[in-house]
Amino acid sequence: MTIGILAVQGAFLEHAKMLSKLGVDSFEIRKKADIQRPMDGLILPGGESTSMYRILRDLDLVDDIKRLIASGLPVFGTCAGLLLLAKEVDNYKSDFLQTMDIKAVKNAYGRQLGSFRANGSFNGEDNIELVFIRAPYIASVKDGVEVLSVHDDKIVAARQDNQLVTAFHPELSDSTFIHSYFIDMCQEALS
Amino acid sequence: MTKERYQLNKELAQMLKGGVIMDVTNAEQAKIAEAAGACAVMALERIPADIRAAGGVSRMSDPKLIKEIQQAVTIPVMAKVRIGHFVEAQILEALEIDYVDESEVLSPADPVHHIDKHQFKVPFVCGARNLGEALRRIEEGASMIRTKGEPGTGDIVQAVTHIRLIQQEIAILKALREDELYEKAKQLQVPYHLVQYVHEHGKLPVVNFAAGGVATPADAALMMQLGAEGVFVGSGIFKSGDPAKRANAIVKAVTNYNDPKILAELSEDLGDAMVGINEEEIKTLMAERGQ
Repeated sequence: MTIGILAVQGAFLEHAKMLSKLGVDSFEIRKKADIQRPMDGLILPGGESTSMYRILRDLDLVDDIKRLIASGLPVFGTCAGLLLLAKEVDNYKSDFLQTMDIKAVKNAYGRQLGSFRANGSFNGEDNIELVFIRAPYIASVKDGVEVLSVHDDKIVAARQDNQLVTAFHPELSDSTFIHSYFIDMCQEALS
Repeated sequence: MTKERYQLNKELAQMLKGGVIMDVTNAEQAKIAEAAGACAVMALERIPADIRAAGGVSRMSDPKLIKEIQQAVTIPVMAKVRIGHFVEAQILEALEIDYVDESEVLSPADPVHHIDKHQFKVPFVCGARNLGEALRRIEEGASMIRTKGEPGTGDIVQAVTHIRLIQQEIAILKALREDELYEKAKQLQVPYHLVQYVHEHGKLPVVNFAAGGVATPADAALMMQLGAEGVFVGSGIFKSGDPAKRANAIVKAVTNYNDPKILAELSEDLGDAMVGINEEEIKTLMAERGQ
């Protein structure tokens, strides 16, 4: 199994490290030729969504990514990756990928002083470390979206078919639990 | 700063990796920078080239300007304080700045002491010319390091010197025997635990960006190939002929720093680069401020 990790800006190396802990191969996507390589899943990492999207647009990667998602390729967006996938961003005029039926709020916890760590649950599993860095949250979801994690009454992880998003950064925690969940999604898509 | 807060601050720097942080002097420039793909902006009253030209004492920016820039963009906003001026840092913390740059670009407020950054919740980035300086700043609480290339010159020579030196010193430290680390800590004038960290991991415990003198996409890619994890661009953008275009080209050069074909396309038709001054033509070497 091979996972493509969008590497135009942000914390993409951290995801590659998590995958290698799970014994899964990955490669970086920085340009058109990279996105055309075969992959079994795609990760959109944390970073700055506006920066990433501008680069995606300029390097002509937007349509390729949309097409891959529409074709059923499992995709996992963390933090900025969540914003890239959200159909709507509450306080920001988003023209990102807009493939997932969620409404997100950008910088929902304020500036860096609002960043925090917490313990929470994910898909019924307790004691998951949640790391929020200038993070968004999900204000609302449409039918067909499964809520996987709620923290302080805010939705912070969700799944719609082949799309998984977390407002926090599982790649910054010691546990590979959420990455395994995503790899399971990729495995299911293969079979 | 609690240990947890320090960790979160280091992690914000991780999110900035592979990105470009741009100096801006007003809300309009901040918007141009954000639209061009900057991962953060540095709010300041005058860019380094103008600080250098104007001379005199240079201080923290007017909070009003910083607030306007915070209002204008959704990306992180950084701002500079004078070396050792912990009250300027307290003011920036009150403004909820995302990152404080304790910077040699401004006139130093203290010739001996840097800010005790552990007393703050907001993160700090500091400049370093060599490994000793970098680790001293980290021990004081910096959660991000940048080279101390000569600001406002458009001349990359100093930044190249610093990043090469830091990378060499890390490689040497990594190759040492365990029992040689004590003497190394003494030589570098830094605590043993940081020397041990670098020996074990072969890198700084925090993110390391390039700064000072970056004026072209090629400059940015050069710093990335030499091991920088991202780039600050100061005067290079808004002192050039076509700031939006140049800013965007530098952003993409940092993403594809290893692809000469893409770099060639990006470098085309950017208009005039900032004129720049050579290192030997300048009177004040800002990099020598604060050791």
